[in-house]
Amino acid sequence: MIEAWVIGTLARTLAYGTPLLLGTLGEIYSERSGVVNLGVEGMMIMGAISAFATAFTTGNPWLGILVAAIAGGLAALVHAFASITLRANQVVSGLALTMLGLGLSGLFGKGFEGKPLDSTISNVTVPLLKDIPYLGKILFIDQNPIVYISIVLTPILSYILFKTSIGITIRSVGENPAAADSAGINVWKVRYACVLLGGVLAGIAGGYLSIAYRPAWTQGMTGGMGWLVIALTIFASWKPGRGLVGAYIFGALIHLSYRLQPFVAPQLLKMMPYAFAILALVALAIGPGKQKSEEPNSLMEPYVRGEK
Amino acid sequence: MQEYLPFEITERPNPSGFVIITVSLLALLSAFLVASFVFWAYGTNPITAYTALFDGAFGGVYELSETIRRAIPLLLAGVGLVIAFKAQFWNIGAEGQLLLGTIAATWVALFSPVPEPLMVPAMFFFGFLAGSLWALVPAVLKSKLGINDVITTLMMNYIAINLVLFLVQGPWKGEHQWGFPYSDNFPAAAQLGTLGTTNVHWLTLVIGLVAAGLIYVLINRTTPGYEIRVLGSNPSAGRFAGMSYVKTSIMVMFISGGMAGMAGVGEIAGIHHMLRNPSELSLGYGYTAIIVAWLARKNPLAVILTAFFFGAIFAGGDALKVSLGLPFQITDVFNGLILFFLIGSEILMNYKFEWRRSP
Amino acid sequence: MNEKTTPLIKFDSVVKRFPGVVANDEVSFEVEEGTIHSLLGENGAGKTTLMKILYGLYRQNSGSIYLRGEKTEIDSPTKAIELGIGMVHQHFKLVSNHTVIENIALGLSDVSVTRPTQQIERKLIELAGKYGLEVDPRAKIWQLSAGEKQRVEILRALYRGAEILILDEPTSVLTPGETERLFGVLEEMVTGGKNVIFITHKLDEVMKISDRVTVLREGRVIDTLDTASTNKQELSKKMVGREVLFDLERNPCDRGENVLEVEGITGYNDKGVVAVDDLSFSVCEGEILGVAGVAGNGQRELAEVLTGLREATSGRVLINGKDLTNASPREIAEERVAHVPEDRIKQGIVGKLTLSDNAILKNYRKKPFSRGMFINYRKVKEWTKDLIEEFNVKVPGADTPANLLSGGNIQKLILGREVSSDPRLIIASHPTYGLDVGAAEQIRNLLLKQRDNGVAVLLISENLTEVTSLSDRIAVIFEGNLMGLVERNETTRDEIGMMMAGTRFEQLER
Repeated sequence: MIEAWVIGTLARTLAYGTPLLLGTLGEIYSERSGVVNLGVEGMMIMGAISAFATAFTTGNPWLGILVAAIAGGLAALVHAFASITLRANQVVSGLALTMLGLGLSGLFGKGFEGKPLDSTISNVTVPLLKDIPYLGKILFIDQNPIVYISIVLTPILSYILFKTSIGITIRSVGENPAAADSAGINVWKVRYACVLLGGVLAGIAGGYLSIAYRPAWTQGMTGGMGWLVIALTIFASWKPGRGLVGAYIFGALIHLSYRLQPFVAPQLLKMMPYAFAILALVALAIGPGKQKSEEPNSLMEPYVRGEK
Repeated sequence: MQEYLPFEITERPNPSGFVIITVSLLALLSAFLVASFVFWAYGTNPITAYTALFDGAFGGVYELSETIRRAIPLLLAGVGLVIAFKAQFWNIGAEGQLLLGTIAATWVALFSPVPEPLMVPAMFFFGFLAGSLWALVPAVLKSKLGINDVITTLMMNYIAINLVLFLVQGPWKGEHQWGFPYSDNFPAAAQLGTLGTTNVHWLTLVIGLVAAGLIYVLINRTTPGYEIRVLGSNPSAGRFAGMSYVKTSIMVMFISGGMAGMAGVGEIAGIHHMLRNPSELSLGYGYTAIIVAWLARKNPLAVILTAFFFGAIFAGGDALKVSLGLPFQITDVFNGLILFFLIGSEILMNYKFEWRRSP
Repeated sequence: MNEKTTPLIKFDSVVKRFPGVVANDEVSFEVEEGTIHSLLGENGAGKTTLMKILYGLYRQNSGSIYLRGEKTEIDSPTKAIELGIGMVHQHFKLVSNHTVIENIALGLSDVSVTRPTQQIERKLIELAGKYGLEVDPRAKIWQLSAGEKQRVEILRALYRGAEILILDEPTSVLTPGETERLFGVLEEMVTGGKNVIFITHKLDEVMKISDRVTVLREGRVIDTLDTASTNKQELSKKMVGREVLFDLERNPCDRGENVLEVEGITGYNDKGVVAVDDLSFSVCEGEILGVAGVAGNGQRELAEVLTGLREATSGRVLINGKDLTNASPREIAEERVAHVPEDRIKQGIVGKLTLSDNAILKNYRKKPFSRGMFINYRKVKEWTKDLIEEFNVKVPGADTPANLLSGGNIQKLILGREVSSDPRLIIASHPTYGLDVGAAEQIRNLLLKQRDNGVAVLLISENLTEVTSLSDRIAVIFEGNLMGLVERNETTRDEIGMMMAGTRFEQLER
C-alpha cells in the first residue's frame, strides 16, 4: 500500500518536474552567458497556447511542440533585443515579457478555453525496462516521451557547458565579457544564442503542459512555474545536473500539493513550492559551501565595449 | 555592439527634462502602435478599439471617476515602489503586500475588538503594518544573506494569494454569502465613504497624494533619503561613508510594503467591503504599479500622473471588455508593451546616436 | 637598420575622438621589423587608445594603418589575431574563475570542440618551456600572482601565433625581479623573430628594453627616436612638455605622538585567504608613513581593516589611543580619520548624484548641513562652492553630476572633502593613480601640507617613486607580511625593491 503510494508519487513527480527541468536548463544557459530572463513564465505560457492551438487545428501534437519552441524562442528574442542590444534593465524587461506573454496568451487563447484536445502526445511504457524492480515502475511505465527527452538533454547540456570549447565560450562571456571580446568572441551573438535557447526550452516546457501533461488550455495555466524556474536556477548553482535534482524536488512538492489534499487545505499545500523555494535559498545562503562563487560574474550587466 | 552598427552610441549622462518627456511620450506612442496590430490580429478594428478605450476612460463623469478609482491603488503602491527602486531594491511583491493589507483590513472589520469609530484608522494602520511585515522578509533576506530580492518578493506573492484563498474558503468564509468564497460583509463603520455615486473612496486618494509629497521630501531633503539615494546608486560608496545597507533596506521595504498594504485597505474598504478571490480584489495592481513607478522615472510626484494614466488603461480596458467583448487580458498586453517600449527607449535618453563617418 | 625596408607597421594620420576629447590626433609613425618599440607618454596621452585601435577594439575616426606596407582595416580583435597581432592589456582580460587552459581555449578557432583541454595543455607546456613562461595550466586564474597572470596573457597571444605583441604597462604589477624576468622573455622573443610594442610611462624601462621609442603627449606624436641616441632627460622633457622636478620640496619631519598604532592585525581577503598577516606599525603626528608593495599584497585589505570596512580576525587597531579594532566605518570617521579610497569611482563618489551631494558624503549628518532629519541644501551648496574654489576643482557648478568630472578633479573633490573635516589621520590609498602629472603634483603637495600641519598620513601606493619622495618612513609589505620598516634617507630603491619581492630587511646584504 505505502510502497505503491511512494512509487506512484515518484512516477508523477517526473511528470511535474519535467516543465521545471526544461525551463531551468534553458535559464541556466541564458544566465551562464550573463543574461537573466525573468520572462520564463511568459515564454512558457506562450509555448503552451501556441502548442495547443497548433495541435488543435492541425491534429499534430509534435508540430505543436515545434511551434511552441518557435514561440518561446521569438519571445526570448524580444528580451534579448531589449536587454542585450538596447542594454535595458534585465529585471524589468523580463517582467514586461511575462506580462506580455500572459496578456497575449489570454487574448488569443480565449477561443480555445475548455476545448478538448484529441491529438495529444500520449504516454509510453518501455518494454523490458519496465520490469526492473521499483525503478521500472517509476521510470518506464506510463511516462511521456518529453520526460525522457528532458532527462537525456540534461547530461548533454551539462557536457557542452563544462567540457567543450562552446561551453568555455558561454561561461567566459557570462564571467568576463571584456575578456571574451578581447579574445575575439562576439559577446552579443553568444548572449543572443543562449537567451534564444532558453526561450526555446521554456516554450517546449509550456507545450508539454498544454498538450502532453494536461491536454487542455486554461489561461494562466503555468501558474507560477516560470518563477519557480528562476529560483531553481540559483538553487542549482547554474549546473544542469543539480537543476534536474531541484526540478524533481519541486515536481514532487507540486504533485504532493494535490496528493495531500484529503489531509490539508489545498491552498496551504499550494504555498508549499513557493515557501520551499525561499527556504532553499536561505539554506543555500547560510549553509557551508561556496555557491555564491558559481554565480556568473557579469550576470545582469549589459556589455559595453571600451568600459573598464 | 557598437562596432557592428552604422552609428556610434555615446553617453549623455544628464538628459534634460525635455528629452525625458519626449522620449517617454514616443515610447507610449510606439506601444499603442504595436497594440493596434494586436487588435487587428484579434479581429478588432484598432480605431474602434481606441475610441472605446478613450471613451471608457474619459468619456464622462462616471468614466473619469472609474479611471480615478483604478488610479488610487496604483498611486499608493507606485509611490511605495519608487522608494524601493530608488534604493535598488527590486520589490516585485507589491501584489502580495497589497493582499496582506486586505487581510489585515478584514481582520479589523470582522474579527477585532476595535470599536467602530476607530475602525477606519485601525484598518489603515494594520494594513500598513501587514504589508510592511510581509515586505520585511525579503528585505532581511536580501540585506543580511544576499538572497535575490526579485525571487523572494515574487514567491511571497504566490504565498499571499493562497493565503487569501485559504481564508475565504476556510476559516473566514462568510456565513451569509450562500456558499460563495467570500468573507462576510464589512460593517458600515468599516466602509470608506465615496464621492457622490462614484466609486472614488476619497480618503485613500488623499492618503496617496499626501504620501507622494511626503516621500518626495523624504527622498530629496532628508538624511535617510540621502542614504537611500547614495546606497541605491553606489552601495560601496555608502558603506565607505559608514551607512548601513541593512538598516536602509529595512526602512525602505517597510515603507514600500506599507504603502501597498494601504492600497489593499483602500480597495477592500472602499470597493469590495469583503475579502474575496485575490484576482477580483487586485486585478494585478501590484504588478502594474511597477510600470507606474518606472514611467514616473522614480519620481514620487510624477507617480500621481502615471498612476492616473494607468488607471485610464484599466478603466478603458474594462470598457473594451464590455463593449467589444475583448478579454480583460488586453490590459496585460498594454502593460507589457508599454513597459518594453519604456525600457527600450531609455537608451535614447541616456545615449546619443551619431552616424559613423566612413574612415 | 636599413632605411629602405618596408616598416612593419605604419600609422598614418590616425585620429580617434571620444566625446569631448581627441584621444589620438593625427598620429603618424612607423614601427620597424624585429624591434622592441616603446610608446612613451603620461596617463591620458593616448597610448592605450592607439593600441586598442591596432588591436581592433576601437575604430579610428580617420587615418590608416599599414601592415608590412599594406593598408589594413582591423575592425575586430579576431581580425587582429588573424593578422598576428596580440595584446596584453594593463587590466588583464582573463576569466578569473576559469583555469589557465580554459582561458587559452577561449576564442581559439583551430581547437577540438568536444575535447579542447588535452590538446591545449600539451602545446601550452611546450610554448612555456620555449620562452621561459612557466605556469600551471590547470590552476584557476584567481590563484595566480600578477606576474603569472601576465605570463598567461603572453602565452595566449603566442598560442594564437602572434608576431606582434603589444604590452600595455606590463611592469605596473610586477616586482623589480619579475620585471627583469619579463624583459628577458621579451628579448628572447625578439631574437626568435617576434616584434614587441611596449606601452609605458617609465623612462628607465624605455632606456633599458627598447630599440626605438615614440613619445606621445595629449594625443599627438611628439617624436620617434632611437633609444641609443637619446637620454632620460630629453625623453622626460618631450613626454611632459617641461622640466620635471624629481624631488618635491619638503620640510624636515617634526614627529609628535602616535596617532595610529597597529598591533599584530590579521585579516582575510574576499577569497578567504590571509591577506594581512600579523602586521604591526605606528604612524605619528606630522609624519607620512609610506606602505610600498607590489599590487595585491594586502594593501587594499590593510586599508579596509583600518577604516572599518573589513574584519580584523586578530590584533588591535588604536587610533588616538582608543581601541577601534573592528569598529564601524562611522565610529572610525568620528575619530577624525579621513580616508582616500583606492577606487575613487566606486568608493569615493556617487557618480549619478550632484557635486553637492558628494561633498557631504562623510558629514551629511552633521551641522550645519543637516538639522534633525532634514538636510539644508542652501548650506550644503555654499560649502560645496567653497570646496570647489579652495581645492581648484574644475567643474561648471555644484549641481553637476560627479561622473562628469575627470579623474583628477574627482580626486581633488574627495581629498578636499576628507581634509576639510580637520582630520588627525589620513589613510590615502593610491591617491595619484591614473592622474596626469599636474594633478598628481597638486595631490602630493596637499598631502605634504597636511603633514606639515601635524596630521598623520598613511600613504599606500604602488608607485615606488611616490612612496620614496613623500614618505618619512617606508613600510614594505609582501604577501601581507611586513618585510621591513625603514627611514627614507637610510635606504635605497634597490633595497626596497628586494623587500617588495619578499626579502626581509634583516636578510638584506647591507
